[in-house]
Amino acid sequence: MRDPLLHRPAPSDDPSGRFFWQSGEDGVLRFLRCTDCGYWLHPPSSRCPRCLSADVAPQPVSGQATVHTFTVNVQSWTPGQEPYVYAVVEFPEQDGLRLSTNVIGCPVDEVHIGQAVRVTFIHRNDAYYPVFVPEVS
Amino acid sequence: MSDKFEQDAVISGVARSAIGRRLGRSALDLTIDAAVAAIADAGLTREDIDGICTYPGGSADVTFGYAGPPPQEVQDALRLNLTWFQGSAELPGQLGAVVAAMMAVSTGLCRHVLVYRTVTESSAQGGGGRAAVLGSERAHSYGVWSAPFGGTSPVNWLAPVAMRHMHEFGTTREQLGQLAVTFRRHAALDPDGAVFTTPLTLDDYLAARMISTPLCLLDCDVPVDGSTALIVSTAAHAPNTPTGAVRIEAVGTAARGRLSWDQYENLTSMAAQGAAAHLWSRTDLRPADVDLAQLYDGFSILALVWLEALGFCGHGEGGAFLEGGANIALSGRLPLNTNGGQLSGGRLHGYGLIQEAVVQLRHAAGPRQVRDAEVALVSNGGGPIAGALLLTRDR
Repeated sequence: MRDPLLHRPAPSDDPSGRFFWQSGEDGVLRFLRCTDCGYWLHPPSSRCPRCLSADVAPQPVSGQATVHTFTVNVQSWTPGQEPYVYAVVEFPEQDGLRLSTNVIGCPVDEVHIGQAVRVTFIHRNDAYYPVFVPEVS
Repeated sequence: MSDKFEQDAVISGVARSAIGRRLGRSALDLTIDAAVAAIADAGLTREDIDGICTYPGGSADVTFGYAGPPPQEVQDALRLNLTWFQGSAELPGQLGAVVAAMMAVSTGLCRHVLVYRTVTESSAQGGGGRAAVLGSERAHSYGVWSAPFGGTSPVNWLAPVAMRHMHEFGTTREQLGQLAVTFRRHAALDPDGAVFTTPLTLDDYLAARMISTPLCLLDCDVPVDGSTALIVSTAAHAPNTPTGAVRIEAVGTAARGRLSWDQYENLTSMAAQGAAAHLWSRTDLRPADVDLAQLYDGFSILALVWLEALGFCGHGEGGAFLEGGANIALSGRLPLNTNGGQLSGGRLHGYGLIQEAVVQLRHAAGPRQVRDAEVALVSNGGGPIAGALLLTRDR
């Protein structure tokens, strides 16, 4: 099977997002967080959108998340990678802190809204892609 | 100046080119056909046209047949003398170009604006294959948060909205399918314009191949080649229009909340909420006063979300509203997408919907005419962008 991550557009090397795509090197997912008011930022921005503080920095999250919603892509955009789960996961650290990603590691028809998942990383294109696997209870 | 700028302008003319799959004609060619016909429909000649506005304009992205020709090419081809022109995509939905034209008329920059939207997506995708859909090597801007994970097509960004709606409210595929089935029935009454006119049953819908769960092929609109043009004129011109002007009662252009595919606060909804609330704040008319609606249906779920955002039913009640299809039929409570919308009529990026609303308000829609139509709602966009217009028959 062809590696889907190598057949999709790679993330741009935008300076504001560089920390995000490199964060998985040590196995830890990070988002920007405001040092002054504690608000988590995604996508990255240079100021806290809540208090406008410029004191924002990458901080680790637990890596646990919940499937907020998802789709199983069936259409063959790039033959060989379908079907795959494209999901929006939400993090317990803050209401509405979400990431679009993939859920892997289980049959696609077992993925469901509310499912507990945790982060794992795939290293491709000089980036560490944060994808999610079902949390084993 | 009037109390509100909407009153300063009317839609005086409207027309479309040939619409179809892989017509093999240039974007400019199609645009000129639509433009010339729209100018005549408005009772004008090209000497009267002093403004041009388009969404998004040819410099935006010519690769996918998405943009149409830039204003300068149309200006030159028709030898127009303009005081104002604009092409832009960063607007409140595709019909933001209509609002921009209205503003130009209201401020006195021009009197008669040619507004057009032209697509040659069918030909472009036929020639470009999958590469035309997949795009570039690297994802940029907001695409960096979707494309690397295979959020490849808008269907992948909107299917999660449908999935969440089904999860929270029990909305079913059968309910969603009523949009495709009903619009197909309407399309059959517009055989000169619609792309798909063969009857469609709910069983056909449920059997169609899946694209991105829960959205199947028949939840997706169809790429076409074609151009729609309309003329936005100063309101003083209304009595001089041979086929009748249409008034603009209110616009909805507001952008509120986190307007993205995945960060919007409530993922059973979208930017439509802001546009709808803004529109209703600018008029004394209410949803119950609307005789028909042309709601953006690039994907079926968008029309459902618009139904709720605009208050035709409560949030989460869209599925029940669609149940059985009676409410949205030509004789129903809210006749919807009366020429087949984009699901059957072709993806004219919302402009086919505006044109149909104008034709309906002129009582010129023939066998698909909604009886005594006086007020029509048109919405455009989905996900992060949205715009809406409330149109009325000139009285």
